[in-house]
Amino acid sequence: MTLLQVTDLRVSFDTPDGVVRAVRGMSFALDRGRTLGIVGESGSGKSVATQTLMRLTPGARVTGRALFEGQDLLTVSDRRMRELRGAEIGMIFQDPLSSLHPLYRVGRQIEEMIRAHDGKATREQARKRAVEMLGLVGIPRPDRRADDYPHQFSGGMRQRAMIAMALALNPKLIIADEPTTALDATVQAQILDLMRRLQREFDTALIMITHDLGVIADMADEVLVMYGGRPAEVAGRRDLYYRPHHPYTKGLLESVPSATGGDRLRTISGQPPSLINLPSGCVFHPRCPYVMDRCPVDEPPLDPAGEPRLDPGTEHVSACWLPHDIAGLDERAETARAEAARRGRSGADEGSGR
Amino acid sequence: MTGEDDVLVAAEGVVKHFPIRQGIVFKKEIARVHAVDGVDLSVRRGETLGIVGETGSGKSTLARCLTGLHPVTAGRIFFEGTDITRLSRAGLKAFRRDVQMIFQDPYGSLNPRRRVGSIIGDPFAIHGLADGAERRRRVQELMELVGLNPEHYNRFPAEFSGGQRQRIGVARALAVRPRLVVCDEPVSALDVSIQAQVINLLRDLQTELGLTYIFIAHDLSVVRYVSDRVAVMYLGRIVESAPASGLYGRPRHPYSAALLSAASIADPDEAARAERIVLTGDVPSPIDPPSGCRFHPRCPKAQDRCTVEDPPLVPRAGDPSDHVTACHFPVEPGERLARREAGIAQVSTDPDLPEAAP
Repeated sequence: MTLLQVTDLRVSFDTPDGVVRAVRGMSFALDRGRTLGIVGESGSGKSVATQTLMRLTPGARVTGRALFEGQDLLTVSDRRMRELRGAEIGMIFQDPLSSLHPLYRVGRQIEEMIRAHDGKATREQARKRAVEMLGLVGIPRPDRRADDYPHQFSGGMRQRAMIAMALALNPKLIIADEPTTALDATVQAQILDLMRRLQREFDTALIMITHDLGVIADMADEVLVMYGGRPAEVAGRRDLYYRPHHPYTKGLLESVPSATGGDRLRTISGQPPSLINLPSGCVFHPRCPYVMDRCPVDEPPLDPAGEPRLDPGTEHVSACWLPHDIAGLDERAETARAEAARRGRSGADEGSGR
Repeated sequence: MTGEDDVLVAAEGVVKHFPIRQGIVFKKEIARVHAVDGVDLSVRRGETLGIVGETGSGKSTLARCLTGLHPVTAGRIFFEGTDITRLSRAGLKAFRRDVQMIFQDPYGSLNPRRRVGSIIGDPFAIHGLADGAERRRRVQELMELVGLNPEHYNRFPAEFSGGQRQRIGVARALAVRPRLVVCDEPVSALDVSIQAQVINLLRDLQTELGLTYIFIAHDLSVVRYVSDRVAVMYLGRIVESAPASGLYGRPRHPYSAALLSAASIADPDEAARAERIVLTGDVPSPIDPPSGCRFHPRCPKAQDRCTVEDPPLVPRAGDPSDHVTACHFPVEPGERLARREAGIAQVSTDPDLPEAAP
């Protein structure tokens, strides 16, 4: 059953330098108990999109729809939104030190959240629940540690406390924005393990935003790759990693150093686009090795791509003018891409296009 | 790789403690942070030594000791046979021409009010190597070398992206033609596609200029990619050191094994197959490190012996002589650590600090 259905979300900000078009048409659907991974580089719009869903982007111009159990998150009253935040939709942020109040005890902050949403809960009940949650996320001696201040916790413990807070009211959806980026590898493994376990236990839906393809490979059922404010490719996890269609997805996957890698890393040339002066046509065309004549002119729609599928039941769409059946990282796909790109260029401007 | 005379930098028993003081007048020392606690290592000419470890393992402090930024508490550091811990100020200045650093944060390590040309030109000014038109010419050469447009000489750092700023940092480090470059998390603040560009640049420069790198990072796949040899640090000590392929293929120290198993893999099927070794608790406080082997409170293989006897860093049975491990009970091939139970109680270590005054 669809828990969250986002349709054509667009977010822009007016700034003195011009209009920043942070999100330019994003759609996805998420079921209970499933995980959607959103990958993208800085400035791709991945965080703005999810913050907008939580109505945390004041001053933004927002259009589109985001139906959460039938109510549009973008238009419900502020009051209803406050009820939803925390109780129905939990959030976990990257930096737990700045999301916890430094002058309040950790347990107290969780109690406060419980009582804000549940008027009937007494202090004792809220306290009991807070300690229980801290224990659940693996904080040793939770009854004692609940009385600590955030600075007395290590980075991993703070992130656990944030997770405890996000889960305290048993929300249906959790939005985690780079939840492990600030943590060390062994601690990251602990936290991801914990999130997976709790998700299974409570059948929570999860939106996981990260730039780390390793975390996504481990956690997500479906993956949405953002570039320049738009989804470049959406696919099931295995389809995305083994049969990517969009040249940007392919470039990202190839930039990750691998054990078997050759002498040089493949890179994506150039820089991510400015969201004020977006390139015409396909936003990726100035960096794309397969650029064709139509790329700087027409913006490609998100069309089905990459048949056949490795993840049955998921859709695989890609916003690229390359033929829809060219997918994958192997030689054959590579030759097909180069051939298609060559045919897509008019003879005169061989190798120009940028 | 030939004999001992090929060694560019060697550290012997390097110790760096930071005192924690309390009080205003007498500043009584109440504790010390054992940031680096007895490290031996050597780096050969032209190779890349990777150092991995988690927050608080002392890898950055070690780097700063090796470059002479921190005076050491004890131990000796030889650069080309000269002990740099005994150098005079003038000697240190000459040494610093040979050794340069590239820092993690391309935003914090460049002065935002100065033009890029003058930032990159600083080393020429400091060492009195070139000025005027000559300096400008050499700065622009460097900018070209690292893939920046030399015409951007007069721009401010804010006008560059993160990846370009890191290139500025690289250009500045290379200005005085150093022989050793210490890279402290040079790519961890960058996006994946930009990371790859900077890594390729560092590799190309190494080949072109015959540089020696010490490459510190917490991203294990990046370290594996760039390094010839890798040392794993835990709580101020090196726990294992080996050629990259040996360490990644067959880690012997349980901590190395856990660290490697925890690394995220950008491949869904492999990630699903991988067996995670989840460690108990967090890294203990370096103020009061555990007795014996420092890893014993979190080690899935710990025995009573580990709590009392500090294991030496030596080749273990069946390993080549350049693969050294500080462990009494190294991981055997085929052993599945994820299922192991320690022979002693595992404790989650919360640091018991003496309450430090602000």
